Amino acid sequence: MIDLRGVHKAFGSNQVLCGVDLTIETGTSMVIIGGSGIGKSVLLKSVLGLVLPDRGVITLDGQDVTTAPRDAFLARFGMLFQGGALFDSLPVWQNVAFRLLRGALRRPRDEARAIAIEKLRRVGLKADVADRFPAELSGGMQKRVGLARAIAAEPEVIFFDEPTTGLDPIMAGVINDLIREIVTEMGATAMTITHDMSSVRAIADYVAMLHDGVIQWTGPVADLDASSDPYVDQFIHGRATGPIEAVR
Amino acid sequence: MNVAAPLARLGRMVLALMAAIGRIALFAAETISHLFRPPFYGREFANALVQIGWLSLPVVGLTALFTGGALALQIYAGGARFNAESVVPSIVAIGMVRELGPVLGGLMVAARVASSIAAEIGTMKVTEQIDALVTLSTHPMKYLTLPRVLAATLSVPILVAVGDSIGIFGGYLVGITRLDFNPAAYLRNTVDFLELWDILSGLIKGAAFGFIVALMGCYHGMNSGRGAQGVGRATKSAVVSASVMILAANYLLTEVFFAA
Repeated sequence: MIDLRGVHKAFGSNQVLCGVDLTIETGTSMVIIGGSGIGKSVLLKSVLGLVLPDRGVITLDGQDVTTAPRDAFLARFGMLFQGGALFDSLPVWQNVAFRLLRGALRRPRDEARAIAIEKLRRVGLKADVADRFPAELSGGMQKRVGLARAIAAEPEVIFFDEPTTGLDPIMAGVINDLIREIVTEMGATAMTITHDMSSVRAIADYVAMLHDGVIQWTGPVADLDASSDPYVDQFIHGRATGPIEAVR
Repeated sequence: MNVAAPLARLGRMVLALMAAIGRIALFAAETISHLFRPPFYGREFANALVQIGWLSLPVVGLTALFTGGALALQIYAGGARFNAESVVPSIVAIGMVRELGPVLGGLMVAARVASSIAAEIGTMKVTEQIDALVTLSTHPMKYLTLPRVLAATLSVPILVAVGDSIGIFGGYLVGITRLDFNPAAYLRNTVDFLELWDILSGLIKGAAFGFIVALMGCYHGMNSGRGAQGVGRATKSAVVSASVMILAANYLLTEVFFAA
C-alpha cells in the first residue's frame, strides 16, 4: 500500500503540493487526474524519491520512502515515462533489459536478451525491433518499449506518467488496453497520471483529482460521473467555465 | 545615485562565483567518491575511452603537427636576431612537451569532448533519461560521470604524449625541408636537450586537463536547463569553463613544477 500524508512541495515561491493525502491499496490501479502543470508529475516523482517533499510522509507498505534502502526500494518499481525516456545510445533490447544487465538483478546477457524479447512480444512488438535504436522507432513503438522496460523486472508497483500523450486515439487505446491487461495479469499496484479521460476509464480502479495542491476528490472510477464534485465535473466534461480557472 | 550599488553588485558576483566553485568542488568530490564504491560500469568506461581518447587523436594530432611546424619557423626567425638558429630543435621539443602539447591538446579536447558530454547528458536530463536511470536503480553519477571523468583523466595524457611526438615531428619536417637543418643533427639536438621531467610534467598537466574537461562537461550537463536553449547554454558553459580552467590550471601547475 502506498500512503501519502500531508505532502507539501514548493519550487521557489511556487507552492505545488499543499498537503496531499492519498492512499493506494495494493493491487489496485489509481489514476490521478488534473490539469497540466498542476503537480501530478511532482506527486508521482515524490513517491519515487526523484523529488524530495518539503513536508509530509510517504510510505510504501508502512516504510517511509525517504529512509528505505534505496536499491531494494527502487527494485520494487517500474515506470513508464511521458516521453518514453529510452536511452538513445542503447539498442531497444538493452533498454528493456537495462535492469537485468547490471546491479542486483543482473542475469547472463543471453538470458537478459531473451527476457527483453519476451517483454517486447508482450507489448505487441516483434523480435526484429530488439536490435534497433530508439530514434528509429515511431512514438507509439517507443511507448511500447518504455512499457516493456517498466515491466521487465516484474515490479510490484508500476507508475505511468501520461502514457498516451502524443499518440493518435487508436494507438492511445492500444496502450491503455495493454496497461490494463498487464497490471491485471501481474497483480501490480499501478499509479497513473493523465488528463486523458479515455485513459482514466480504461485503466482506473480508483480516481483522484488533484487541484490547487490538494486531492479535491477521490473514489472508484464507477462513481466518477456521479461524483457531484464541481472540480471533477468541470474536468471530465472539459468545460471552460467552473471552479477551475481556464487560464492558469 | 547610490554609491554602494556597484559594490553590492560586485559583492553579489563574487558570492555567485564562490557558490559556483563550491558546487563544482562538491560535484568533483562526489565523482571521486564513486571511484571507491561499487558497482563499476566497465562497458561505459570502455566506451568513454574510445569516445574521448581514440576519437580525439586526429584533432589533437593535426593541431600538434601544425603547431610544431609554426613553432620551428618562429624560433628560427627570432633566433636569427641573436645568431641562435641552432636552438630550434631543443626549443621546439621543450615548448611542445612542457606547454603547447598539453595546453593545446587540452583545449582541443575541451572543444570536442566537453561540448559533446554536456550536450549528451543535458539532453538526457531534459528527456527524463536521468530520472529513468534512477528508477532503474542506477546512480547517474556512477553510470555517466565517473566513467567519463576517469577515461578523460587517463586518456588525455596519452593524447598529449602522441601530440608531443607529432608536434616535434612537425618541427623536424619544417626544420629539414625549409630551414636547411641536418636531419641527424636536428634529432640529436632534440634528444640531448629534453629531460625526463619535461615530458612527465606535460603528462601530469594532461591528466589534470582531462579531469577538468570531463568534469565540466558532466557538471554542466547534469545542471542543464530545460529545452534546447538550456542544453545549448550548458554546452557553451562547459566549453568556456573547461577552457578557462585549463589555462588557469596550466599556470598553477607551471608555477608548482618550474618556479625558481
